[in-house]
Amino acid sequence: MFSFIVSRILQALPVMFVVSLISFAMFAYVGDPVAIMLGQDFTEAQRAALVRDLGLDEPFFVQFAKFIGNAVQGEFGLSYRLSRPVAELIAERAPATLELALCAAFISLCVGVPMGIYTGLFRHSWLSRFLLTFSLIGVSLPTFLIGILLILVFSVWLGWLPSFGRGDVVRIGWWSSGFLTVSGLKALILPAITLGLLQLTLIMRLVRSEMMEVLRTDYIKFARARGLPNRAIYFGHALKNTLVPVITIAGLQLGSIIAFAIVTETVFQWPGMGLLFIQSVGAADIPVMAAYLMMIAAVFVTINLVVDLLYYAVDPRLRVGRGRGH
Amino acid sequence: MKAFFDSDIWWSFRSSPVTVISAIVAAVCVFGAMLASVIAPHNPFDLASLQLMDAFKPPSWEAEGDPVYVLGTDDQGRDMLSAIMYGARVSLMVGFCAVVFSTVVGVTVGLVAGYMGGKVDSLLMRIADIQLTFPSILVALLVDGVVRAAVPREVHDQIALFVVIFAIGVSNWPQFARTVRGSTLVERNKEYVQAARVIGLSPLRIMRSHVLPNVMSPVLVIATLNLSFAILSEATLSFLGVGVPPTQPSLGTLIRIGNDFLFSGEWWIAIFPGIALIVMVLSVNLLGDWLRDALNPKLR
Repeated sequence: MFSFIVSRILQALPVMFVVSLISFAMFAYVGDPVAIMLGQDFTEAQRAALVRDLGLDEPFFVQFAKFIGNAVQGEFGLSYRLSRPVAELIAERAPATLELALCAAFISLCVGVPMGIYTGLFRHSWLSRFLLTFSLIGVSLPTFLIGILLILVFSVWLGWLPSFGRGDVVRIGWWSSGFLTVSGLKALILPAITLGLLQLTLIMRLVRSEMMEVLRTDYIKFARARGLPNRAIYFGHALKNTLVPVITIAGLQLGSIIAFAIVTETVFQWPGMGLLFIQSVGAADIPVMAAYLMMIAAVFVTINLVVDLLYYAVDPRLRVGRGRGH
Repeated sequence: MKAFFDSDIWWSFRSSPVTVISAIVAAVCVFGAMLASVIAPHNPFDLASLQLMDAFKPPSWEAEGDPVYVLGTDDQGRDMLSAIMYGARVSLMVGFCAVVFSTVVGVTVGLVAGYMGGKVDSLLMRIADIQLTFPSILVALLVDGVVRAAVPREVHDQIALFVVIFAIGVSNWPQFARTVRGSTLVERNKEYVQAARVIGLSPLRIMRSHVLPNVMSPVLVIATLNLSFAILSEATLSFLGVGVPPTQPSLGTLIRIGNDFLFSGEWWIAIFPGIALIVMVLSVNLLGDWLRDALNPKLR
């Protein structure tokens, strides 16, 4: 177990290294931070002093090491666009995105898994056919269009739900939460559905195909022969064995939820990190982009690691297999 | 030609009504887009023909609609139907070029990695793996953002179309590389490749004229499915405001513009380009699914 964890962490390190190299290269070579910070009037001496203060006259590797040192401490300099520390901006926006992503993941799992089980068990019922058609449309609809359609129906025509912003938020320490007010919860519904829908359809299709596969195996036939009730077969035997791939995909989907949050946040003007990022791309605000890249990479690497460990914990076959020179 | 109509592929195409319909729909989309400048009822880029009096006309079947503008007009009095046809042209072109780009890069990398093996293989595949860790839309956004920061604004407006193609293309190559590498690993040990090696052909020639033709059929399937994905990526980028330049609006740009008018009741400005996008993507997707099944020897 221990060696497995260590080897997975060792595999994750090059990824982080490459990503930090890319974001450092963006920092150092794209645009000219000195020109941006000096403004219009400056003397050559001021310029040289600033270059020395920023450490830009040092060798590449020294600069890179310093960049990593700062990044580990969450220090990414000032945003070109807003002239505020990047770390502060991101910390301010993070709760909004995390709450949205959690809700979306929750919706996609809690609706997607039961729908997948149902369509896998009762393949020919009309409800299954309906759900499958619905999922095909869900895959072909781009996220932003789903958001626009939901806004059109529920905000413009019916007027039930707000279409932008987070509503009222409650501050708990540095965390701002929309979970505790009615307007905050109402504002959360449409963005969370928009973000969760694609994942929902993917999870549903995955659970369905896994369920159908497992139901064909010998041990299910054997369980039937033993006269077990359907419920015990479906949930005790079949479902358990479909969960391994579902965990992997759900974990990896959590990553793409965070990525697609950029789109959802733009549609709903949700004040999260994604909106911050897209505004930074539009304004070529390199420090924010670099910090966001590093952070997303860290999140992805962590998710991959956790998924691998969960895999290991859930599937005992892996533990045996690893021992023999894998 | 007769050989084609006798083939299994044609038979499996004809026997699936969904596929025939989606092929027809896709063909209509492509022709409508390609011939936009000929058959579109208006020219949305001809400023002289635009009349602000005609702005915000609803579709012709609504009470205040004007039969001249079947799908209504936008905020500047542009005919929506024509704007959609011109927009679909940009969307299709960007999608197609991006797929060609990622196919060329992916197939080359996959061939080299699979044929050479060893360190080259593990390095190239490591890069592909790292990139696959991140969702491709994120990669495309980053590439676009970096280029935006690296070149001056005036230059960027001129090359924006190529930047989008490049960004989407770069974000999708690993899929091609992985598939081609897999098939190359199988082909490399077959006798015809060994024979070619024995008679002293250069590795480049073996890869190009012997291995390549035999690994292309899965590439065709991925490329088709990727086309719909590339069109969606382009629409997403343009919707986010970092895609194609506003002077050449794609379907995504049109939806972005329409989004601003959703609340004042002019729903058609966003919804019709959206429907056009969905129809296009869905038909390409269904065609890709069929192609995958038709070319899969296991299912025959």
